[in-house]
This record gives sequence, structure tokens and C-alpha cells, in this order.
Amino acid sequence: MKWERLSAIRLIEELKSGSITSEEISAYFLDRIKKVDHILNSFITLNEKAVKEAEKIDKDKKGGRLAGLPIAIKDNITTKGIRTTCASRILENYVPPYDAEVISRIKREGGIIIGKTNMDEFAMGSSGENSGFGPTKNPRDLNRVPGGSSSGSAAAVAAGLAPLALGSDTGGSIRAPASFTGIVGLKPTYGAVSRFGLIAYANSLEQIGPMGKNVLDAAYLYSIIYGEDEKDSTSLPSPPLSIERISNFEAKGVKVAILTDLVSRVDEPVRKVFERGINYVSEIGAEVSEVKLEGIDLALPAYYVIACSEASSNLARYDGVRFGVDCRTNLSWRDAYKEVRKLFGKEVKVRIMLGAYALSAGFFEEYYVKAVKVRRKIREGLKKLLKRYDYIAIPTMPVLPWRIGEKLDDPLYVYLSDALTVPANLAGVPAISLPIGLADGLPVGIQFIADEFEEEKLFGLAKRFEEEAGELGVVDL
Amino acid sequence: MNDVKIGLEIHVQLVSLKTKLFCSCSADYRGKPPNTNVCPVCMGLPGTLPVLNEKAVEEAIKVAKALSANISNVSYFFRKNYFYPDLAKNFQITQYDKAGGIPFATGGYLKLSNGRRIRIRRMQLEEDPGRIYYEVGIQEAKYSLIDYNRHGVALIEIVTEPDIREPREAREFLEKLSGILEELGIPVGGYEGAIRCDANISLREGARVEVKNITGFSAVEKALSYEITRQRNLIKRGIKVERETRHWDERRRITASLRKKEMEEDYRYFPEPDLPPLIVRKDVLERIEGIVKPIEEVIKDYVKKYGVEEVIAERIARDRRLRTLFDRSVKNRPDLARHLASLLANEIPFLMKRKEIELPSNVKGLLIVAEARRDGLSRDEILKLLEDWLHGKEVIHHKATTLKEADLEDIVKKVTKKNPKVVEDAKKNPRALNYLMGLALREAKGVIDKKKLFDLLRRSLGL
Repeated sequence: MKWERLSAIRLIEELKSGSITSEEISAYFLDRIKKVDHILNSFITLNEKAVKEAEKIDKDKKGGRLAGLPIAIKDNITTKGIRTTCASRILENYVPPYDAEVISRIKREGGIIIGKTNMDEFAMGSSGENSGFGPTKNPRDLNRVPGGSSSGSAAAVAAGLAPLALGSDTGGSIRAPASFTGIVGLKPTYGAVSRFGLIAYANSLEQIGPMGKNVLDAAYLYSIIYGEDEKDSTSLPSPPLSIERISNFEAKGVKVAILTDLVSRVDEPVRKVFERGINYVSEIGAEVSEVKLEGIDLALPAYYVIACSEASSNLARYDGVRFGVDCRTNLSWRDAYKEVRKLFGKEVKVRIMLGAYALSAGFFEEYYVKAVKVRRKIREGLKKLLKRYDYIAIPTMPVLPWRIGEKLDDPLYVYLSDALTVPANLAGVPAISLPIGLADGLPVGIQFIADEFEEEKLFGLAKRFEEEAGELGVVDL
Repeated sequence: MNDVKIGLEIHVQLVSLKTKLFCSCSADYRGKPPNTNVCPVCMGLPGTLPVLNEKAVEEAIKVAKALSANISNVSYFFRKNYFYPDLAKNFQITQYDKAGGIPFATGGYLKLSNGRRIRIRRMQLEEDPGRIYYEVGIQEAKYSLIDYNRHGVALIEIVTEPDIREPREAREFLEKLSGILEELGIPVGGYEGAIRCDANISLREGARVEVKNITGFSAVEKALSYEITRQRNLIKRGIKVERETRHWDERRRITASLRKKEMEEDYRYFPEPDLPPLIVRKDVLERIEGIVKPIEEVIKDYVKKYGVEEVIAERIARDRRLRTLFDRSVKNRPDLARHLASLLANEIPFLMKRKEIELPSNVKGLLIVAEARRDGLSRDEILKLLEDWLHGKEVIHHKATTLKEADLEDIVKKVTKKNPKVVEDAKKNPRALNYLMGLALREAKGVIDKKKLFDLLRRSLGL
């Protein structure tokens, strides 16, 4: 049986019915990873105890809603006793003493952490190339990038190395790789999912979110991780989510607005597929309108200023004193810090410097304060649109996945590829990416944005869209 | 010395709290083996988030109220970014008054004994760093050891305006502040390093010099005196005083330059994204307002509510023990307020000065004395009763034996019989009559109707 071809929800039914045990499933996927992942490099660390943990779940018969299903976790989400590196050499040997809140929730429902996935170092990147553990490859085309920063989680799901995965999204880090690898990924409303245990890149923008082969799989994982957490002061209560309501969602008459100023700037092959996507939206009964949003082009610079500012402060703690690499040297503490911090990759150093610059005396008003103002404007603009329309629809990525290494000398190209994903992070609203189809054999994703805490409505429309467009399925490697 | 301007930055540990400011580690870190009073949050482990200790907010409100400061309905936490090994995250979560920041409280003042008000500029909540140890001297040490047990303990930073004019005032300010904190149940005096102070000092047109690392109130006075002399000598010799940060060397009793202005760190303050705005809930504020009041308001209250004379009200309000006794006793018997106030402001301090005694907390006895005073007992009687109370004896006021007319007649008979000469005199001389009345009063052991006694006395003399 090729278990990787089944949806996660189907696998859970099989597990619950007893036709297969958690131990078998975990062993199956671990085995698959060991066979295939040398090609993709989608995992950094495997949980060697996964099979043992699965055995225990089988024995205790307390399956929970995940019933012993293996799940891949992006390596910036803290896992007790399992090395958590953020794909950085500076955390190469860091084994956290605690679980992130989302991990506790997954474990409580009988989920098995199968391994920690590759990513752009500290979630800084859009291609999956900026990893201290080597780039991740796109299973749809091994010469191309899978998108980032949740590159490993996306590649693992697309290649059937894990039935479900968690990613994190600061400026598109779930949606970009979901789009490039042809799977489904949700960036939840800011505050809907606890960030406790998510290693911060840019705290005010990021959320942990689910990644799956199809909409219902992603919705199912989301239904386990969302909810207020007293350990995260920025978390908020969400309305209850029903998989049944999502499955039966009626799209007839919903109002979908297309942001034309963003669509006009995407590459030709992407636009063609996106137009096909809009046809699907019409075909399922939605009313499609074209709208413009003033100032949306400022979203990208505002995002980079805010994200880098926060990052420059967040990443200050990596000094080798308390965890990770050992800083004991004969050097003075300042020199020892400098030595340790050489372990950061180039992109991380660039963003720390950009952020430190934007926050420093004399530039603070010009950069940080201005960016915060732009952010407020964009949030107001999007919220206003979302009062008049149920959804906003745009492509997820403006380009097709590029070749690995092709854009290393063109960082601006890579930054610009975030232009369609960062608005949702700046506004704090939820956004989902799912495949429309292929262009030149490469996946193209559509992005739906809804108002805060409207995840159910978002999954609902996505589900109907998926029924029309079809799933891309698992890549056979 | 009116050319001297001194401002203080005081860090107060909220020693009354059970837990740290942003995690559930114990706030009682003293005496524990190094790095045992820590958790992932205060160690700044990747992925951890701060959660504000609500009790710390309540304690901060108390302090702000006691200093008549304005509490911000909404304030923000900021990150102060700088690398130092005692900071687990290499930034400190604090508050800020620039860059769109609003500190927890602003304004307020503390009055010195010479009547001068030292204004408070702002108060902010922040986390204490860890501690660095050198097994040998700082110069010889090949390595340093860091203990994070203290890291994350709640501090309030109190920043004054440069209103202090001499080192003695700085010391008094700190002593007064410490007293106020103790009254609020934050006994900083009892814990080493629980109140720490940096001082900013400038002379005439000279630049502001910051003196750090001053521990102890007398050290503040010494450090400031040294610094004033040093700056005066520079000015005398025509050398410009430069803006710099200096360090008080307790052993050598001098200040030494730590860094010049151009070396000052750029802290890159920005809003802490992991904490929502600090909103002071109205019900919490009102509850605490009911408990803590600045002294000036207490005085006003005593005058207005209880009709106590202002001088007396002030005397009570300024002494915590007297104030506590007054508040506790007047609560039950507002009708006795003026008598209680008078006892607490006059007789009790008088007796306490004469003898070294502690004030009892037994309010019942005090109320009986106040009743006796209302009932017109003589000062000597009152003092006797007070002594009984002060020594923990039972206070018996002969109210139960309120003297009846027959008793009064007996007293009159006794007094007139004993003093026939005066009786004769009194028939013509009102002063002699008063003297007799005084004798009769002294004879009366209990509560009497003075007017009745006087009438009886006059009648017996045929007046």
C-alpha cells in the first residue's frame, strides 16, 4: 500500500479503524524519508523515537484526533528533546527543554513528531536556499527551489514524506513554498495560533500554520493547533472551526475581489494560470470584481523594515553563553560574541544589519516609524475591502519557481517575490494558498485572503475551489 | 550651593512579589545556588515569550499613587537593545518615554523635610538583569561567571527631575522613598541590592555627568559630594566638565570615568512586539486608590472628613505608625476622630519621648482613652490611661461608673469640708470658686456632668 497517496484525514480513519497501526505508519514514513530525502534534503533531524512513541499510542489506545499520525515540523518550532536548529549552524546542537504550544496540542491529540524540516535560516528567505544545512529541492522539479522559508515542510508534504506538516509564515513563508510545490498552506490570523515556542524572526508578523496535500487536511491540522494560549500574550480566542461546515461550504454568491494592481505585475505564465483560477472562482458561483488598493506597493518595503528591525533584536540572544555553541574562549566577551555570531549565514547577517540600521538613532523615524505607518494604512485598506467583499484573490507568487542558485546574485528579485504575500502579514488577516494548476510543468498557486478569524470561511471557499481545480497530488520520486 | 542640579535614577525591586516580572520563577532569588532559579523564559531560550505579572502592575500603581504620580491608562513595553552577558536576550524589556513610548507613570513628587518638592519625571516597569561574578578581582579575572537567578525580577525605575540641590537632599530623598516603600509593604531596606541608584549631576553650565554603581544611601551622599568637589575644581581651573558616565569606587571613595559621551550606546529602542499595551484596569486602579494615598491627600482627608486641625492631621499623616493607628481606630468611631487625633498627635508622642516604648496595635484600648477624653477626664487621668494602654495593660475608663447626682453631692461635701477657708473665700471670689471646682473634679473618679457638679458646688455655698 502506498500510504503517502492517501490524504491525512483518510489515514486517520485507517488508524482509527485499526486497519493499520501508528507504529506501522510511522515506520513507513521514516523509511520513506530515509530512502528519498537524500534527493530533497527536506529534513534536518529525524525523530528516532517516533516509532517508539507510535507504539505507545497503539498500546494506550488513546489515539486522540490525530490517532498516531506522523507530522513533520518546521525546524523553528521548539520540540522538547529533539534538536531544533532553525537551519542555523549557530543552533546546530541546541536541544530545547520544552515543547512549543502547538507541539503540546499535537501530542495531546496523538500526533507523532516524525522530524524537523529544513528551511531558510531563521525563516529568512523565500526560496529554501538559505539553509545552514544545504538547500531544499522542489519535488516537482529537482533543479528548482521549493520556495521558502518553510521549504522542507512543503517539499516533504508534496513528496509524500509526511502526511501533514507545520510551517511558519512571516511574510509568505508557508504560502510561497505551498504555491511552488503545489500543496495547500494557511497563514492564520495574527493571534489565532500560539507563537509560544516559535523561534522568533519577526514577532509582530508571524504565525504558525498547517500545510497539507489538500484543503481538508490543512483545515484538520489547523483545527488542532488554533486557540488562545495564556503563554502567548498576543494570542486571541477564535470562533470554533467545523470541518463539516468546510466540507459543505456553499460558494454561490460570495463576493471575491481581485487586486488588479498586484495581478498586473506578475509574470506572464503565472498570470495566465491565475486567469484560469479566476474562471474556477466564477464557476463555483462566486461574484468576481476587480478592485485597486492605494499604497499596496509600499507593503514590501514596510515589511522588510519591520521584519528586519524585530529580527535584529530577536537574534541578539545567540551569543553562545546559555545554549547552542559553546563560547568559552580566551577572548573577551565582546570578541567571543563576534566569533560565535560568525556562524550566522549571510542572509541572516544582512537582515540583522538592515534592522539595526533602521532602529538606530537618526534613522528610526525615517524607517521604522514610517514602516509602521504604512503598515497601519495597508491594514486599514485591506480591512475596508474585506467589509465590502468576502475575499480578496491574488496569485501567491508573482513568478514560477526559479532554478536553484540562479538568483543568488539577485537578492532584490527574491525580495520582490514576496510582494503578494506580505500584505496579509502586515494586516494580520488570514490567507491561504492552494494550487490552480501548472505552467510549463510548474505549480501556480492562488491566494485567498479573508477578514480576521474567518479561517473557516477561507477553508470553505478553498475547498470548493479545489473541487473545481483538482489537487496536484503527491510526486512520485 | 544653588548651582548644583542633581537628578536620581532609582531602581526598586518589587520584593513583595512572589514571581518574576515575565515568568513564574520565584522572585526570591537570594541565597539560591547559581542558575537554579531560572526557566526557559527568563533564560531567553529561543521561542519563549514574556507574560506580564499582573501583581507587579498593582505594586507599581501603589508606588505611583504614594508619590502622587499620574498613572498612564495605557503604557507600552519597549526593548532596550544592548549586548551584555547579564542580559539573557541581549535586550532588556523596559518602558520608554520617547519614540512613541509611554511610561507607566509620570509626574508626582516627594517632599523633603525642608519643604522642597523633588519632582518625579517618570516611573517605569522593567526586568532586572542577572549578576556577574568574578572569582578574583575584575582586573585579574580570566573569566566571569553569570548567575541568572535574579534575571527577570520586577523593577520599577523612578527617575526624578534635577531638583535636588545638595548630596544631603539626595540621601534624604532615598531614605524617605525607602520609608514610603516600606509602608506599602515593599521593604526594600531588608534586602541587599533591592534599591539601587544612579545619579546625574551638573554644575552651573557644565555638562551632565552620570555616576553609576552607588549602593547604599550614605554612599550616594559621599559619591555626590566627591563629584561636586571634582567638578568645582575643574571649573576653577578653567577646564570644561564633559558629558560622561562615571563609576563610584566604594573602596577608593572616588568616581572614575567609565565612558565618554561619544561612547554611549545607541539602545535602538522599539516597541516590544510580544507584549500587548499595558492597560491599567479601572477596577484595579480604584481598588488600589482606596488603599494608597499620597500624604498630602491624607492630610486633606483628615481635615475635611474628620474636622481634625491641619497641624495635627499633618503630624499623624507623616508618621506611618500613628497614621495606621488613626485609620484603624477612626474607622470604627468617626465620632471620636478629633479626640483620637489629639491623643495621637500630642499625648502619645509626649509619652513615647519620655520613655522608649513601642506603640501597641490594640485599637480597643485607644478608643476607650478617646472616649475618656471626650467625657472630660483630666489630662493626668488621660495620660495614666494612655500609659496603661502603652504598656499593654487593660484600659479601664470609669464610664460604667458615671457619677450620679448623689455621688456628686458627696464629692462637693468632701471638698467643702476639707477646705473651709477656701469655701469662705469662694463665696466672694470667683477664682477661689474655680479652685474648688478643680479640687472637686480631681476627686471625681469617673465620668461626670461638669455643669451639674458646678451647680451643686455653687448651691452648697449658697450662691
